[in-house]
Amino acid sequence: MFEIILYVLVITSLVYSFARDKKKTKIALMKSWKAFMNIFPALAGVLAFIGLILTVLSPDIITRALGQNTSIWGMLLTSIVGAITLIPAFVAYPMAASLLASGAGIMQIAVFVSTLTMVGTVTAPLEAKYFGWKVTILRNGFAYLFSFIAAIIIGIVLR
Amino acid sequence: MKKYKPYLLLILVLITDLVLLIINRDLGIKVSINTGSHILQMLAILPPIFILIGLLDVWVPREQFMRYMGEKSGIIGAALSVLLGAAAAGPLYAAFPLAAIMIQKGVKFSNILIFLGAWSTMKIPMVLFEITALGSQFALTRWVVSVVGIILMSLIISQLISAAEKEGIYAQHSAE
Repeated sequence: MFEIILYVLVITSLVYSFARDKKKTKIALMKSWKAFMNIFPALAGVLAFIGLILTVLSPDIITRALGQNTSIWGMLLTSIVGAITLIPAFVAYPMAASLLASGAGIMQIAVFVSTLTMVGTVTAPLEAKYFGWKVTILRNGFAYLFSFIAAIIIGIVLR
Repeated sequence: MKKYKPYLLLILVLITDLVLLIINRDLGIKVSINTGSHILQMLAILPPIFILIGLLDVWVPREQFMRYMGEKSGIIGAALSVLLGAAAAGPLYAAFPLAAIMIQKGVKFSNILIFLGAWSTMKIPMVLFEITALGSQFALTRWVVSVVGIILMSLIISQLISAAEKEGIYAQHSAE
């Protein structure tokens, strides 16, 4: 749905740009292509890696491993799984919901959702290519710690 | 040799895939299918994002970006960064090239980090999904806590990166 909005927006802008200035639009598209080719090798590598990991660590296996965890160890375990894996939202949320239904604690699910979205171990090489390793490690490290704080607050609010 | 270095990870993964396909056919086939679907997903989301990058590059002058999101943009710059990140669609790695063009246009470093943070976990399409799966109280509490956390973390990280290091990052992107 949002992808469609993005496409409509970009195609409209492109047509408008072309109508206003053909030469500038050509330069823009050349820059687009250059920016894409610049990152393509690293991106293809990371995506292939995700394909491999997600198959070995399928959502099914993860759900079974996490089970009905409500301890602090459970939180640690879910956070590590969340930080390493990269699962699209449409897979991750139903998975989190079924974990919750099968008896996992709210804080364990919260830390899972936050680390899953904010911390990207697999995509770190890609992130470092853009912003350097120091920024990448700081951003991911802080996000990892923050996920616990967020989880505790959610646990208190939803009690 | 240097020419192949960017492809190192891809080559290593493909070799692993091949070995897996030989020792465990079923798993190997599953890996191929999953890899293919991830690459298709990338091909669906990335073209509009990169076209947008090119258009932003030629049409929006550096001064505009600096005025609203640059060093002196203050709270408005931070708020704009949250809004831009939250309005997004697509995985976090799609945000990196957009952040790069923002760096090139002189957007303040803490605002770049806020944009990335908002994109990672506060995207509106994702929140809607989260509400249906885990309930509105869960999703909205997490959203509010995330806004505060992301802004604080971005300011702290920005402090931890020295001026020289920031200059290095900005120079890398303006050279391209």
